[in-house]
Amino acid sequence: MAVKPVLSFTEKGIYCPAGDFYIDPWRPVPRALVTHGHLDHARPGHGAYLATHAALPVIRHRLGAITADGIGYAEPRQIGAAQVSFHPAGHVPGSAQIRVAVGGEVWVVSGDYKLATDGLSEPFESVKCHTFITECTFGLPVFHWPTQAQTAADMAAWWGRNAANGRVSVMGAYGLGKAQRIMAMLADHGLQGPIYTHGAVEPITQILRAQGYSLPPTTKVAGPVPTNALVIAPPSALGSAWAAKLGPHAEAFASGWMALRGVRRRRNLGTRFVISDHADWDGLNSAIRATGATRIFATHGYTTQFRRWLEAQGYDAGIVATEWQGEAAEGEPEANPE
Amino acid sequence: MNRFAQLFNALDATTKTGAKTEALAQYFRDAPKPDRVWTIALLSGRRPKRAANSTELRAWAAEAAGLPDWLVDESYPIVGDLAETIALILPPTQTRSNLSLTGWIDTLIALTGQSIEARRAGVLAAWNSLATEERFLFNKLITGGFRMGVSGGLMTRALAQATGVDQSQLAHRLMGNWDPATTDFDDLISDADQTTSTRPYPFALASGVEDVAELGPVTDWLAEWKWDGIRGQLINRPGAFALWSRGEELITDRFPEFDVLARALPQGCVLDGEVVVWGDSAPAPFALLQKRITRKTVPKKLLADAPARFLAYDLLELSGRDLREAPLATRRQALDTMIAALPAGLPIAASPVVVAPDWVGLAGLRASARDKMAEGLMLKRLSAPYHTGRKRGDWYKWKLDPYTVDAVMIYAQSGHGRRATLFTDFTFAVWDGPDLVPFTKAYSGLTDAEFRQITDWVKKNTIERFGPVRSVPAELVFEIAFEGIAQSPRHKSGIALRFPRMLRWRRDKPVAEIGTLDELRALL
Repeated sequence: MAVKPVLSFTEKGIYCPAGDFYIDPWRPVPRALVTHGHLDHARPGHGAYLATHAALPVIRHRLGAITADGIGYAEPRQIGAAQVSFHPAGHVPGSAQIRVAVGGEVWVVSGDYKLATDGLSEPFESVKCHTFITECTFGLPVFHWPTQAQTAADMAAWWGRNAANGRVSVMGAYGLGKAQRIMAMLADHGLQGPIYTHGAVEPITQILRAQGYSLPPTTKVAGPVPTNALVIAPPSALGSAWAAKLGPHAEAFASGWMALRGVRRRRNLGTRFVISDHADWDGLNSAIRATGATRIFATHGYTTQFRRWLEAQGYDAGIVATEWQGEAAEGEPEANPE
Repeated sequence: MNRFAQLFNALDATTKTGAKTEALAQYFRDAPKPDRVWTIALLSGRRPKRAANSTELRAWAAEAAGLPDWLVDESYPIVGDLAETIALILPPTQTRSNLSLTGWIDTLIALTGQSIEARRAGVLAAWNSLATEERFLFNKLITGGFRMGVSGGLMTRALAQATGVDQSQLAHRLMGNWDPATTDFDDLISDADQTTSTRPYPFALASGVEDVAELGPVTDWLAEWKWDGIRGQLINRPGAFALWSRGEELITDRFPEFDVLARALPQGCVLDGEVVVWGDSAPAPFALLQKRITRKTVPKKLLADAPARFLAYDLLELSGRDLREAPLATRRQALDTMIAALPAGLPIAASPVVVAPDWVGLAGLRASARDKMAEGLMLKRLSAPYHTGRKRGDWYKWKLDPYTVDAVMIYAQSGHGRRATLFTDFTFAVWDGPDLVPFTKAYSGLTDAEFRQITDWVKKNTIERFGPVRSVPAELVFEIAFEGIAQSPRHKSGIALRFPRMLRWRRDKPVAEIGTLDELRALL
């Protein structure tokens, strides 16, 4: 007897026929289950949204008036013939993997994830399944992240040096997740001065703080800042007229892509910190092993290479094309909100 | 290696020339002296003999990392640098060596020529005792191609700061083929013996000119054809005859027809000029010279088919005396006198002077450059000395506008280094009847922003992948500029372009209206 797949891949996104819903679709659909608030996953225009209680406030902030429902981690919900639950992905606060079970068949959509705990996001939990749809943004063996403690120490030293030289420290980091992770890890390591934020970072920071995430105090930049300040801004603000108004300052960029010298040189960024909210090569491989799945679909990243690698490891492997053939983010920090 | 890694990081972390110079000057003050010599050598493109080729390195790294070869090969174009790819995939190391840069280079030199097992063991042992960043530098020592954003000028400036020796004297001392393994730092920077060896002078370089009207009276200038050959410096000193290319490569053996000049030219002279393949009355197309450059030894037939000639345009040394401070007018006169005294039939001539009463007249002559097989004119101030490197104001190249053709992109490939992960290397086609025929590649001329946009487009529109190359629909039209065109039986289109590059992205131009192969053939 031919079994209908639990999830199928359509031009609007990943679809579950048994429950008549989509997961992180990129075209407007009646019902969307959303893994987290980054704009390449939570897009505007859907009829109804379902996301974790922890992710919803930011999604509402970003998408405006939407019809949305919240769900707790591991809380089972029946949608049509499908049983659905959300499980921590460790990517950013509120992020989830989505488990879909139809009959006895279990599929998990990873969304974006990382295995290392960052002290802020709900830590990644491995979910057993038959089929695992995994991101592979950094799915090449050249990506190995340093520990967060090491990066925090390096960042604090850089901040301290700048402060001693009378220069403001400006850190480029994505507004949802990375920015707050950096403040939290620096607070944990030891602050070198006050933290200021760009207007694109502050609202999300306030929302997350109000939700109960432990974040150090921040002030939105509105005029001069003290020279011992750390200013966290979106990467696009680096080298901008906005940054120039901060006076003498040093800029740095925090991203997994900074592991590659070519990308660093192209962006002309002096100081860089290698820190990512995605799994590195070893992280992807151990996450996949832990699911116990025999069938793996790769999406978002180096899908071709990663699929071949998985096949060589004995998996039944495929590729889920996203809107941009699964590789819009390839090597390009600009196009890749982490 | 640690001090060298520190220097490398300091240079890599900034794009400001001042900060780079300072980091380098500090290094030239406090690093171990043998390391300083090797650093100068590496920064000026020298490196120890290869202890391993890139195929071996890839295979050993894959094995050490427990990865299949294909995955290392797939990672390489993403990283854009083999040395870095290998450094990144290797498992973390437990021990750290504190061997100096010179120590590691000595290790590599000792490995050269040994059995593959011995070299493999040596390289694996090195990887095992170096941190990721140091591994990258170690690999670079083997693969070559250090790019630290340090120009020759910046390096000599830093060295001058650190040592107090005059910068242009240093530039001269660092020329030629000294061996970093046996050269002492103090000897290298203080060596006074300048006119007895085969050591060349630093080449004077020209800048492009925008508007000749701003150059003052035409009588202040000497105009010559700008040849499309190889810039060369011919040295004839007692017991030392040498031909150097502008890239400081010794190319004496590639042009054996010049050997007669060792006896014919006066002793103790140095000439600056252009090596060309000579036709009946003008240089032959560059393609013929290309055949000569690529051969280390020249077969008789090629020597007969493509005879080289040295077109001299400057005299830098005469009777063992450095003439570079003398005005060009004086040097040129001495050159003409010297050449005129030579017997007939030698493969050398003075590059002709182009004379016109005013700029308009000169512009008219320049327009005929292609008939002379030249790219345009060189303009040199008659009162100027022979400068070290590029000093704006006395030497200009006044080139013809390039040829152009509109063409459509049909293949794209990602670049290297800072252009890795961007599609920057494109193959272009023009119409040949109803078909598109590929006729050239080009990879420069667009802004980073345009390359990013095209990269997105390529990713969304890939038809097929052939390794790192993608075929794309024939939709994006570019204006291609090039300096010359020659027949080429090796290419499907039957033509080969000289210096092709993208002039601009023609978003306004439909594919139906791009150029044709016939149009290009008409330029031959």
